[in-house]
Amino acid sequence: MDALTRSPPDAYENRQTGVTLAPMPAVISIAGLGKTYASGLVALQDIDLDIRRGEIFALLGPNGAGKTTLISIVCGIVTPTAGRVTVDGHDILRDYRAARARIGLVPQELYTDMFETPWATVNFSRGLFGLPPNPGHLEQVLRDLSLWNKRNDRIMTLSGGMKRRVLIAKALAHEPQVLFLDEPTAGVDVELRRDMWALVRRLRDSGVTIILTTHYIDEAEEMADRIGVISKGRLILVEAKTALMKKLGKKQLTLHLQEPLAAIPESLGDWGLTLNNGGSDLEYVFDASQENTTIPMLLRRLGELGIGFKDLNTRQSSLEEIFVSLVTERK
Amino acid sequence: MNATTLRFNYHAILAIYKFEMARFRRTLWQSIVTPVITTSLYFVVFGAAIGARMGDIDGIHYGSFIVPGLIMLSLFTESLNNASFGIHMPRFTGTIFEVLSAPVSAFEIVLAYVGAAATKSILLGLIILATANLFVPVHIEHPLWMAGFLLLVATTFSLFGFIVGIWAKGFEQLQFVPMLIITPLTFLGGVFYSIDMLPDGWRTFSLFNPIVYVISGFRWSFYGSADVGVGISLAATLVFFLLCLGLVWLIFRTGYRLKS
Repeated sequence: MDALTRSPPDAYENRQTGVTLAPMPAVISIAGLGKTYASGLVALQDIDLDIRRGEIFALLGPNGAGKTTLISIVCGIVTPTAGRVTVDGHDILRDYRAARARIGLVPQELYTDMFETPWATVNFSRGLFGLPPNPGHLEQVLRDLSLWNKRNDRIMTLSGGMKRRVLIAKALAHEPQVLFLDEPTAGVDVELRRDMWALVRRLRDSGVTIILTTHYIDEAEEMADRIGVISKGRLILVEAKTALMKKLGKKQLTLHLQEPLAAIPESLGDWGLTLNNGGSDLEYVFDASQENTTIPMLLRRLGELGIGFKDLNTRQSSLEEIFVSLVTERK
Repeated sequence: MNATTLRFNYHAILAIYKFEMARFRRTLWQSIVTPVITTSLYFVVFGAAIGARMGDIDGIHYGSFIVPGLIMLSLFTESLNNASFGIHMPRFTGTIFEVLSAPVSAFEIVLAYVGAAATKSILLGLIILATANLFVPVHIEHPLWMAGFLLLVATTFSLFGFIVGIWAKGFEQLQFVPMLIITPLTFLGGVFYSIDMLPDGWRTFSLFNPIVYVISGFRWSFYGSADVGVGISLAATLVFFLLCLGLVWLIFRTGYRLKS
């Protein structure tokens, strides 16, 4: 793994408060992790990653990139062929009880016991993770997920969105420190997606570390503190989301000119401008990190040359565009 | 107790056990009433209709003679079905992920699933014993041996069922072992007759059927006489138990059809 892909040790910005925070200690440490299936398929190679306590970490990647394999290894469902993983300092293989007790997993598929009730199934999950009954905690979990009124209904009678919430309730039944959400909003409607996002934020605020995989880039953009991009089994980038947007994001300034230009004046050559829309639109693409100096200089120069504009607009590349360009570069 | 200091996850064992017993309660009709009706029919047909025309076997009335075999017949099939279905269902629905990701050892998983399956089949065996008492006189000469055999056989066949439930790729394969292997071997294992009643060649052939030893040992605990010595019966059953235990150990050691 090259330097770009390592988790930066520097401080990062809390996206909710805007306050710059010192990096938190790692709650999950992954070193040299690899997985080759019996078929010979290399699912993961040389993964090094630290997940910081209390953060929301989004793992992005195309289908088959290795996201679910990575999660499954940390949770104990898939056996790694190389490397080491610790959860809160506990090795997932040698000290599996302590490691797994700290983790909650919400799988991508709606795996539920159809004939059980939400109340019975959350009690089952809590017991499975070695904790004594705690009806008060389980009631709170079901209330937080708007499932309390459905607690005695059979799961098979619930809607898809409710079944997904039942899975979240099961994962929270044993009060985990780390919650894995594998495609939590796949196939759910917009309203439920918003509810999920709010729930994830509440969990993070209560101290739970969240690791989510998603295909929805806007979901990662909306929620994540840091982003990891995985492609063909390799972790190609880990970066604070805001830093990533700054580092790799492009901004585009479009000036709608008062008079069309036949050609770009030579004195504007340094900016790499393009003319569009029959010479009526002047377009300038620049790195987000340069924004403080280049635009005022450009506008001053245009004024000096007597080139007027009637309107302007800017747009910043989305995380989706950054993600696509990263994955495309690797192909 | 904090989960992080777990040495033995008895909460998990209890959770799986209660979950499996809840499934048993949901299907109470199929689980208990059906085998009781079937066994009653066996007594009507073999005990009353045919048994009335049969002589005593080893000094035991034919109706009473078949009681231990009929209990074993139900015990084998129910242990096998309960345990295989219990572990196969979460594999089929995908809910096995939760058990595999929980802080629970292979021993605890097996103890819970096999314990629940064995409990159900032992309950059923006792119900059939009570039902038999309504039709024929039943005398138990060695009650402790009877209880021991009941426990050992239920546990052994539940372990075997657990293996079948892991091995099976679908419900068709799940039915393959009980329907096509265990039921024929049981019928040929002396449920309805003493193997001494067979011609010499067939008698020798029967001695290769492991079910013979299980039924023989169990019948000895009732009437004090059997086709083979009780020590040999116990040893054969223990060998099968240890074989199943070894296979289960291998399954968890290699992750066979559980983990990739």
